[in-house]
Amino acid sequence: MTNVAVVGTGHSKFGSRTDVTLQELAWEAVKQALEEANVEQKNVKYFSVGNVGTWSAEPLPAIVVGEYCNLNPSGTMRVEAACASGSAALRDAYLAVKSGEVDIAMAVGVEQMHQSPNLTVVEMIGRAGNYFWEFENFGLTFPGYYALYATAYMSKYGMKEEDLGKVAIKAHHYGALNPYAHFQKEITMEEYLKSRPVAWPLKLLDSSPITDGAAAVVLASEEMARKLTDSPVWIEAQGVASGTANLSRRTDFTSIEAARIAAEQVYRRAGINMDSPWKQIDVADVHDCFTIAEIVAYEDLRFAKRGEGMLLAREEQTYVGGRIPVNVDGGLKAKGHPIGATGVSMAVSLTRQLLYRAPHKSMQADIKNGRALAHNVGGTGHYAYVTLFSTRRPGT
Amino acid sequence: MISEVRETKQKEIQILLKQLDGLVQIKGLPIFPEPKTGNPLWADVRELDLRYQIPVKKVTRFFDELGKGKIMATKCVKCNTIYFPPQDDCPKCRVSGLEWVELPVEGELITYTIISVKPPSFSHYPDYVVGIADLGEVNVTAWVQGPKEKLKVGAKVRLEVVKREPEGYLTYSLRLL
Repeated sequence: MTNVAVVGTGHSKFGSRTDVTLQELAWEAVKQALEEANVEQKNVKYFSVGNVGTWSAEPLPAIVVGEYCNLNPSGTMRVEAACASGSAALRDAYLAVKSGEVDIAMAVGVEQMHQSPNLTVVEMIGRAGNYFWEFENFGLTFPGYYALYATAYMSKYGMKEEDLGKVAIKAHHYGALNPYAHFQKEITMEEYLKSRPVAWPLKLLDSSPITDGAAAVVLASEEMARKLTDSPVWIEAQGVASGTANLSRRTDFTSIEAARIAAEQVYRRAGINMDSPWKQIDVADVHDCFTIAEIVAYEDLRFAKRGEGMLLAREEQTYVGGRIPVNVDGGLKAKGHPIGATGVSMAVSLTRQLLYRAPHKSMQADIKNGRALAHNVGGTGHYAYVTLFSTRRPGT
Repeated sequence: MISEVRETKQKEIQILLKQLDGLVQIKGLPIFPEPKTGNPLWADVRELDLRYQIPVKKVTRFFDELGKGKIMATKCVKCNTIYFPPQDDCPKCRVSGLEWVELPVEGELITYTIISVKPPSFSHYPDYVVGIADLGEVNVTAWVQGPKEKLKVGAKVRLEVVKREPEGYLTYSLRLL
């Protein structure tokens, strides 16, 4: 099996992108990634498309994107892992290259949620979990599922509303600097505390927005990467796990088991110290679909002990210059969360971080270890993908 | 009633469709500017109505017992696992035809949320509380009913059969004690 490197990245502006269709949106990212990698479409022998859909009209997004981007007749499929669909698409393309079957592949993530009214989207996402036993009778929403975690966490560890507010303020701080972000403005604690509840204890400003966007990466085998670039970013390891559909089949609502398992797989494969992995990683993107999810992610990734994730937020240890910079691209919260694009967007952000190409110098983490970590959760811990990117060739 | 809930919704849709008809008459195309951005959008002229028909044959007993005021789970006689939501297959032992057992009715609230921004299909209800209760061997997700001042993690709750209004169908909820 060969090593696999990211050799090109592309990212559309995230936001309410009603100026384009799904495929036009995908092309913005695909074009940029092809140009950066300096490869022709005909050399991309396989492409995967992360997309959840239902709110957008096209039921076969991979095919529509493939035709529009001139990627035919290479093989493709649409990949679904809820909010982790982007990382699942990355995994699919990564394995195609790693196995030796193709030497260049592309992972595309695209989502256009504004093709449906916001409340229809609220309904569609709420249905994700166990439709019959959770949604049909009890009308849970996506913020509702995470609110169940927030309530339990607050009750167990005494977390305050303001701790969640700190996470939102940081996200908006970096979003304001990121030209690709959906929300490009700072928020204050006062604005945060006053924002209206969506699913108590979570408020509007705890929540990632309904976003349209696309991201793409070109992946190459080691041999091909050497020909294409002198600055490959390797996929050093990836961990994958799943959780129960019914939340009632879980016992702990302060941690996401699937994310813990996926992180442990990655740390083990990359030889990262489980006690203080943050010492060997320079920057991370974590799945902050809601502020509580970022605090839980700190713990699931072992950046903090159980119950102490809120302290990292409180002490502002996840800004650039802190213990470990997290979501310094604005995260899902401010950059936006186009469901199927998010995982690929993380890969783009982190690749650019490792190459000192953050879009604003205040967003750039100090790269000492040459390692960046992506944590992408689908649903409410239904899927978990953790990916480690590195400037050092794996195995050296 | 289900049809009444539907009618209310249909009225809102009717207003929107009338506007769309007017637009097509004037412009000859179902294209309108998005209010915020002015971006031209094509309003889909094809409608898809989704109402699934979900098989419940293997857990019919659950619904039969609801009618008698009982909330049932299934139990694998081989490994003693209790399944709720009920299922007729034990994937651990690979056996089917599990035993039906009544759930304990008293438990403790592990967590909860109050849903304010509701899905359209739930928009006709006042804000509702969804909680997960620990009933000993299993947890149950359901609406939590009762006085708000008693609502907290660790609160005692009773699982009971209720009629969901205005639809009028049987379901279950957690009542704060």
